[in-house]
Amino acid sequence: MTDQPFTKTELMICVAARLFADGTTAFIGTGIPMLAAMLATKTSAPNLIPVFEFGGLGAILDDLPRAVGEARTFHKGLLAAGICELMETAQRGFIDYGFLGGAQIDPYGNLNSTTIGEHDHPKARLPGSGGGNDVGSQCWMTVAIMQHDKRRFVPKLDFVTTPGYLTGPNARDEAGLPKGTRPINVVSTLALMDYDGGPGGTCRMRLAATHPGVTVDEVIENTGFELIIPDRVKVNDPPSAEELRLLREEIDPEKLYI
Amino acid sequence: MQVLESGIGEMIQPPDIEAFREWNRINKSRKLVDKLMSEQEAISRFVYDGCYIGTELYGTVRCPMSLARELIRQGKKDLRVCGQGVLELDLWMAAGLVKKLDITYIGLEVYGTSNALRRAVESGQIVSCVEWSNASISWRMKATAMGVPFLPTRSMLGTDTLKYSSAKVVEDPFTGIKVCLLPALILDVAIIHVHRADRYGNSQIEGITGFAIEMARACKRLIISAEEIVSTDEIRKYPDRTMIPYFLVDAVVHAPFGSHPGEMAYVYGRDEPGIREWIEASKTAEGAKDYLDKYVYSFTNHQKYLEKIGNKQLSKLVEERERR
Repeated sequence: MTDQPFTKTELMICVAARLFADGTTAFIGTGIPMLAAMLATKTSAPNLIPVFEFGGLGAILDDLPRAVGEARTFHKGLLAAGICELMETAQRGFIDYGFLGGAQIDPYGNLNSTTIGEHDHPKARLPGSGGGNDVGSQCWMTVAIMQHDKRRFVPKLDFVTTPGYLTGPNARDEAGLPKGTRPINVVSTLALMDYDGGPGGTCRMRLAATHPGVTVDEVIENTGFELIIPDRVKVNDPPSAEELRLLREEIDPEKLYI
Repeated sequence: MQVLESGIGEMIQPPDIEAFREWNRINKSRKLVDKLMSEQEAISRFVYDGCYIGTELYGTVRCPMSLARELIRQGKKDLRVCGQGVLELDLWMAAGLVKKLDITYIGLEVYGTSNALRRAVESGQIVSCVEWSNASISWRMKATAMGVPFLPTRSMLGTDTLKYSSAKVVEDPFTGIKVCLLPALILDVAIIHVHRADRYGNSQIEGITGFAIEMARACKRLIISAEEIVSTDEIRKYPDRTMIPYFLVDAVVHAPFGSHPGEMAYVYGRDEPGIREWIEASKTAEGAKDYLDKYVYSFTNHQKYLEKIGNKQLSKLVEERERR
């Protein structure tokens, strides 16, 4: 615990970092997921095996990668292969987690990173799936990391780039996606969410814990759809002094993200 | 096999795997022929208006940037592009050369969305965007590399990425599960930058291989640029390191710092100020044009470009490289 001031982005990265389980494999998307993975390897998950889609597996994350293909993604790594090898590894069921960003998310955890507006005449053309769709399809558990506001947490996506629970219960199985794969969490600038995904559940997004200083009403006001609010909502721990030091001095000293 | 769902995206290059075999039989020499040539000659001989072209890996990592810039100088237009791209496709779009895209991701990673892509798509300059995931487009090349017309996958299912692709969903006749079928992707031209090659095209890559292995085997013409040209004796000493054998290759270009401002694993790091210059410039169409004037049109060749960047900066990038 600390009395030091921190930003919403710093807190989001810390809460995301705590979700990485030690001794697991995790696909790391570009951007904020890289910072969260680095922080995790320096704190609670020193034996995390980071996987980067263009071929790097098991890197020691000494310096922040700026691209999913750059040399830092296989720095002192266990494997430098190619995209087919690692995506096929995920398709065989070897990759536990996927950590992704996106422009928009819906109540079922589907992500849009393709277009705002109609596909053929978009208001905004975004980068596209990249490896996002593959990660959301093939990894056992997927975590989305997002800014939290009504433009991003929307009832219906303009374009479903990456599958969450799709249209709800059984939809992933019916679409043919690998059995047992699912979205598990969303970490935002305001809160940590999970899903009502158990047997008989609705598969809709549920508030799990607010960030310190954030009220439940604030989360509701900034969400464009009805969020499930349980009777008891936990509060996330603020960043520790050590987490902040690592983030600011070792992980992103150039302040590319924080 | 009953088709359960079909993507509505245009099949930008309908695959003809029989014609591809025939092409390889007739047009790809099995002889060890000297293919060393300049960027100018390689682009003018093998790239043409309207061709279906792909680059590997992408703009900031082991990317054939010297060839990408030469293509702009020669104004090859109406390109149908298969991409995954960062700086290289940004430059082509900014120069107005791209007409259709089989797109997986075009963005600037740490620096956000691509303004060049936004302008090209939102203005209608690019008339068709067909969506794929990164693995899917690589597996499409893998299908061609295997010499088969399609490959099944469990990606893309249930999403708009599938709907706006040209993939199809079927029930697997063996197990009954639904699978997404990816059509083989056959490029007219592929350009790949490697660490070293001999004059015949035998090529070695260090670090991650991206999708070079698949792309090299999924194209009718392949232009290789290499940081270093080595003797065939050197290739024969380490045959296990040959990732692209000579008979796949049509041109070999010697391009030291060929990936600049991107990086080359274990040789030089990425030029962050150089990349940021494009990020800033590309915010407006005018800025992008000025950048092209400054770094592409004003030089006759890659050597002149490197002189502009300067030895001091290049030495710094070598100093900052990833080390084994």
